[in-house]
Amino acid sequence: MPRMIRNSVMSLLFMTALTGIVYPLVITGIAQVAFPGRANGSIVEENGKPVGSALIGQQFGGPGYFWGRPSATTPYPYNSASSSGSNLGPNNPDLIRAVQSRIDALRAADPGNRRPIPVDLVTSSASGLDPDISPAAAIYQAGRVARARGLDVAKVRDLIAENTRERFLGIFGEPAVNVLRLNLALDNLK
Amino acid sequence: MTGNDILQTVLYFGALAVLAGPLGLYMARVYEGAPCGLDGVLGPLERLFYRVCGIRQDEEMDWKQYATAVLIFSAAGVFLLYFLQRVQGALPLNPQKFGAVTPGLSFNTALSFVTNTNWQNYSGETAMSYLTQMAGLAVQNFLSAAAGMAALVALIRGFKRHSANTIGNFWVDMARGTLYILMPLALVYSLLLVSQGVVQSFGKYRTVDLVEAGNYEIPRLDAGGNAVKDANGDPVMEKAKVTRQVIPLGPAASQIAIKQLGTNGGGFFNVNSAHPFENPTAFSNFLECLAILLIPAALCITFGKMVGDRRQGLALLAAMFLILVPLTFLCAWAEQGGNPHLASMGVDQAASALQPGGNMEGKEARFGIADSTIWAAATTAASNGSVNSMHDSYMPLGGMVPMLLIQFGEVIFGGVGSGLYGMLIFAIITVFVAGLMVGRTPEYLGKKIEIFEMKMAALVVLIVNALIKLGTAIAVSTKAGTAGIANPGPHGFSEVLYAFSSFAGNNGSAFAGLNGNTVFYNTIGGILMFFGRFWVIIPVLAIAGSLAKKKQVPAGLGTLPTHTPLFVVFLMGVIVIVGALAFMPGLALGPIAEQLMYH
Repeated sequence: MPRMIRNSVMSLLFMTALTGIVYPLVITGIAQVAFPGRANGSIVEENGKPVGSALIGQQFGGPGYFWGRPSATTPYPYNSASSSGSNLGPNNPDLIRAVQSRIDALRAADPGNRRPIPVDLVTSSASGLDPDISPAAAIYQAGRVARARGLDVAKVRDLIAENTRERFLGIFGEPAVNVLRLNLALDNLK
Repeated sequence: MTGNDILQTVLYFGALAVLAGPLGLYMARVYEGAPCGLDGVLGPLERLFYRVCGIRQDEEMDWKQYATAVLIFSAAGVFLLYFLQRVQGALPLNPQKFGAVTPGLSFNTALSFVTNTNWQNYSGETAMSYLTQMAGLAVQNFLSAAAGMAALVALIRGFKRHSANTIGNFWVDMARGTLYILMPLALVYSLLLVSQGVVQSFGKYRTVDLVEAGNYEIPRLDAGGNAVKDANGDPVMEKAKVTRQVIPLGPAASQIAIKQLGTNGGGFFNVNSAHPFENPTAFSNFLECLAILLIPAALCITFGKMVGDRRQGLALLAAMFLILVPLTFLCAWAEQGGNPHLASMGVDQAASALQPGGNMEGKEARFGIADSTIWAAATTAASNGSVNSMHDSYMPLGGMVPMLLIQFGEVIFGGVGSGLYGMLIFAIITVFVAGLMVGRTPEYLGKKIEIFEMKMAALVVLIVNALIKLGTAIAVSTKAGTAGIANPGPHGFSEVLYAFSSFAGNNGSAFAGLNGNTVFYNTIGGILMFFGRFWVIIPVLAIAGSLAKKKQVPAGLGTLPTHTPLFVVFLMGVIVIVGALAFMPGLALGPIAEQLMYH
């Protein structure tokens, strides 16, 4: 029995050193050399200044910007220090109320647009940090954004197309539009 | 359900079936001690391990010694992990200066990771230092997986050996599983994940200026970080202008690789593989999702190879596929159908070339419905428990699929090692039931299944069953238990039933609205995870020991062949009947009642 305990403790310490220290250090070393941008958070820079991460969504609420997925992080949306979904069940009255208020906000910002609203634009994402919306959700907002910026709708739709990522190999995942990149592209039009 | 959904599901399971073969044969060589191709590199490391730890490589253990080694090794793991969380504030690699994790949460988390459950009552990016994550949590991701595989290999030896007293050496099995199987796979996986954008850095969290500042009403906090309440008990709100965003970092990729491969599932970040830094692209999602079932599927092939009849492993694998694939489609169908409440509000939930449609609450745009539901089915079939979407927000029937898959006893693939030893227990029960029908002593793989084996097999099935139901009953009938419920009505009951299924089944996924970070859930959850793991491993090893002692009986005319389609169907029947009979009343009170509310 004492030998069994010694074997246990030594095995644990040996494996902790190997899989808990050496292994992550080796991976970090390789990652930092081979993929420095991605290993460090895919930071997006504008004029040498970091303005966000290409993978982490930001809250946009002005009519001249594309809005992203609703975010359930606390205490305010897109708090990337604390990822979270809403965890509201499909029959929860709070969910219905939240969706209704998002519909109202979208309609108020674009009163002439009576088309059905793409579902991803009124439901909160799993992470609360979703960087993407569906192409349908972007196209739904194109008229509002064009009007607020005094742009031609066709120009805005071109930008959406340019910033749409197709399915991986045409099969996996979903087509998606990165909201931060699309909005930065809008800002850079001027 | 869309054409793309069907295509993705077929390709996913196809890739799994293709890769299981070669990996399974490789693992058989590893556990048989045969040369496997990596000996040149890893052999010296393996021998160093034996020398440093004082392990005699060729010493054999009987089942009691083997079980003792598993238990002491796991206990040591619990102590170290608990201790690490409690003192992380004073240790290096803590750039965010996180303080000690509370005792209750440390207890729960330590048991959670050592039992290969990885239930998370903590949020990684706000509670755990880099050191705790990599040298504590990730280490148990490796070791709990290796221990599960070791116990399986011991059981396989029980079938293979005859008139023998011993079933192998735990230290050797654990070390070879870690060094030759988990480490090389994790190494390749980590780098692939980083190439997709999963972070791997020891740097501090970065702060960036937002493109558009936001104004919010947020609760005022006191010095201790608690919300200030007014006279009515409502939180006092104050205006806040948010101009910056904190980008969390950490050595995530190295940990995510093993949490997927080892059916662990504990996320680096709070929302697990829904977090864009944990699972950034459709490709990373495919890789991570594949990793969930990869080793559990391949172990079926390993089993067949080691017992000298490949068809035996294929039969078990076939039963797993035949139960999981239809349930995966059921989940996708329920989610793609969308939420009827939203349909009447002018929301477009139809799938098209431009949007996934369906029930997108708690799902990520890049994954849509197909990638989310395949994951949900895979992660609960295997006792992985990582998530890329929030199961709590699934439609009633969509959420019932992952719950049911856990309640089948985590044998449809199941945990690495633990899933297949659970499946073998069901195979033993199946031959026993078949034997009863014709009045003949049942045999499996040439071993007579007698009273002792049946007692142990029944224990395995009953213990997990009882733990889930007793736990749920206690929780819903006490204030401490119901206090954690987040959603009203039957959905709230589903949250509790799911949690206890997850604890006892060592899965680790959750209907995450349930607030589990309370004294009640931390304590009872920790205890259930412990019993759900070790009260299964001990009877399994006891069966291994008993089988090893027996003589091999040559197959005769009256022997039920266990590699035929008939046996596969019979086995599936036993699993479904035991699982469904045991949990139908519970499911009727939760997801089924909730579904009926729509009509």
